[in-house]
Amino acid sequence: MKIGLFIPCYIDQFYPRVGIATHQLLVKLGCDVHYVREQTCCGQPLANSGYEDSSRSCANRFINNFSDFDFTVTPSGSCAYHVRHHYDFIQQTSDVVHVRNSTLELTEFIVDVLKKPLPKVTFPHKVGLHSGCHGLRGLRLAAASETKESAFNKVEELLNAVDGLELVYPERLDECCGFGGTFSVKEEKVSVAMGNDRIHGFLEKDVAYITSADMSCLMHLDGLIRRQGLLVQVVHVAEILNESVYGAS
Amino acid sequence: MGHPEEASRFLANADRAKWHDQTLWMVRQKRDVATGFVSEWEELRSVASAIKEHTLSRLDDYLTEFESNALLNGIKVHWAENADEHNRIVLGILSRRKIDTLVKSKSILTEECHLNDFLQENGIEVIDTDLGERIVQFAKQPPSHIVMPAIHMKRGEISELFHEKLGTEKGNEDATYLTRAARKHLRDKFLKAKAALTGVNFAIAETGGFVVCTNEGNADMGVHLADVHIASMGIEKLIPRWEDLGVFTRILARSGTGQAITNYTSHFHKPRKGQELHLILVDNGRTKQLGREHFRSSLKCIRCGACMNTCPVYRRSGGFSYKSTVPGPIGSILSPGIDLKKYSSLPFASSLCGSCSDVCPVKINIHDQLYRWRQEIMQHNNGQVQGKIFSRMAGFLLASPFWYRVLSSMVTGISKVFPGALKNSFLVWGNQREFPPVPRQTFRDWFDQNAGKG
Repeated sequence: MKIGLFIPCYIDQFYPRVGIATHQLLVKLGCDVHYVREQTCCGQPLANSGYEDSSRSCANRFINNFSDFDFTVTPSGSCAYHVRHHYDFIQQTSDVVHVRNSTLELTEFIVDVLKKPLPKVTFPHKVGLHSGCHGLRGLRLAAASETKESAFNKVEELLNAVDGLELVYPERLDECCGFGGTFSVKEEKVSVAMGNDRIHGFLEKDVAYITSADMSCLMHLDGLIRRQGLLVQVVHVAEILNESVYGAS
Repeated sequence: MGHPEEASRFLANADRAKWHDQTLWMVRQKRDVATGFVSEWEELRSVASAIKEHTLSRLDDYLTEFESNALLNGIKVHWAENADEHNRIVLGILSRRKIDTLVKSKSILTEECHLNDFLQENGIEVIDTDLGERIVQFAKQPPSHIVMPAIHMKRGEISELFHEKLGTEKGNEDATYLTRAARKHLRDKFLKAKAALTGVNFAIAETGGFVVCTNEGNADMGVHLADVHIASMGIEKLIPRWEDLGVFTRILARSGTGQAITNYTSHFHKPRKGQELHLILVDNGRTKQLGREHFRSSLKCIRCGACMNTCPVYRRSGGFSYKSTVPGPIGSILSPGIDLKKYSSLPFASSLCGSCSDVCPVKINIHDQLYRWRQEIMQHNNGQVQGKIFSRMAGFLLASPFWYRVLSSMVTGISKVFPGALKNSFLVWGNQREFPPVPRQTFRDWFDQNAGKG
């Protein structure tokens, strides 16, 4: 089984540690992981801004890069959602259909495809789980609080296997953090209000870390946390599962 | 001013914004509890959605079936292509009977048609009889929410307003006291009114009858005392059969307020003896929306307001920030169809979190339609040439591995030489947030040095 690793542009640039953790984790799980060096951006920032048309070449590039793999795996629910859900604006060739069906977010790939127990890891901390909306309601990584489906949560399933990790949720279980791509600058005031509310929901639960399967939400929350000097750290799920959280004991 | 500016204004009063957010979140929680008691909730949503989709697919047939059955019942049926026609029909009915006062129960359609202004300009006194609507009418404001029109106002402000308009004690904020004062005032109006106007929640093609749902019984109070009953409905309010109704009465109040059912679910089929019963079927852009493939299903909306209560943006920006009759997520997909330019900031007033779509009892894919309107707006927005050029350039650069690398090394390089540069160049992001620290190497650099070897 050949796995193509898609590292979203902002992770490549700002959070290589998340890309590294994802790569190492997949290797540990025995995957044949490939990193296509021609990869760029999936085009989501443009498309969500109403410029789907201008992002056509990004989408085609994505398809070309990943059509030879059995699965394309990415540590971002948002990018996986964009490819799966929005790539209907390019011609639906067999390559496009294949890539759209086989592009998975990291945790759903581990839970739904690999179905293997994770290597034993320890993370003896109180951790709050933030469900990124595109992963939650787009990819259905978990049952959203609005729906009356029976409860499940793929990210939680993986984190529950981590030794010493105490998982908690804020009182508003899965409210949006307010990142939303260009929304974060177009609607800055609302975005910041949402982010602060989210952070305080976690602080109320006295967490040491906020984790998520989506680094973009965490980038927004981290920006607020560091500006305000709050005592909580953001960490991607892959870093916990790979036991490579920076500065953690 | 677009939505971001209006939202900033609302958020400037942090305490009020927080209170607004928490109040509506409480309604969302009530909804969660109420829907939790219905084990087949998801199935109900699917059935409701299917009934509405089916009805919209042959709306013309059902409308004519409804009309002929309504006529047989003795209802006078009128057709209005737009708001102006609707308002003139109402005025015509009142003028013929020389009626100069109209009591009205809640109807968002008449807000959409700006009926009150029109009638008042023509010498008719209009009294909104829903408590929330009466409050905003006193305050000379439009409703800020379609189910809770005065949800933006605090009790103290209402007390102040009632003191001025109804002569209640200054500073008395007791809710029971204030409600009783409103009731007494409204009863007097009901007794004197010769005509009552109601909205329509559901109209049934098979029976030619219609249903009005309220919590205060004000629709019934008006209608039962008046000689003339006028009901105004958007043409999308139709359902095919009598037996379909139960699906909708079960989802409406649970979604909107967390009640099992509205306090009053009133069925109207024919005029009572000596009464005139008029029904106005209003298009006002609905046929156009029906013709838009991507946006057609927005007409499934039953106006429960659940998407407003759950929307993290609406709760923090307030209903007035949308400046459209129907605010919130559903308003943001309906309003651009009415005036693309005027409402062009609304589809962007969303993080696309999708909570609206999951909470919607008739399964409208609201967040998908917001995304779709963004594409329409950017395609039609010829004024914004800069954005178009920028997006084309960005699309080209981001699709090219070479240029992507050049940009990438620029980010890394600049931040190495001028550590503070990024903070300044992304001004808006940096107002209240730190920019992510730029690491020594990108993932690709790491890969080349480590994993990429052999």
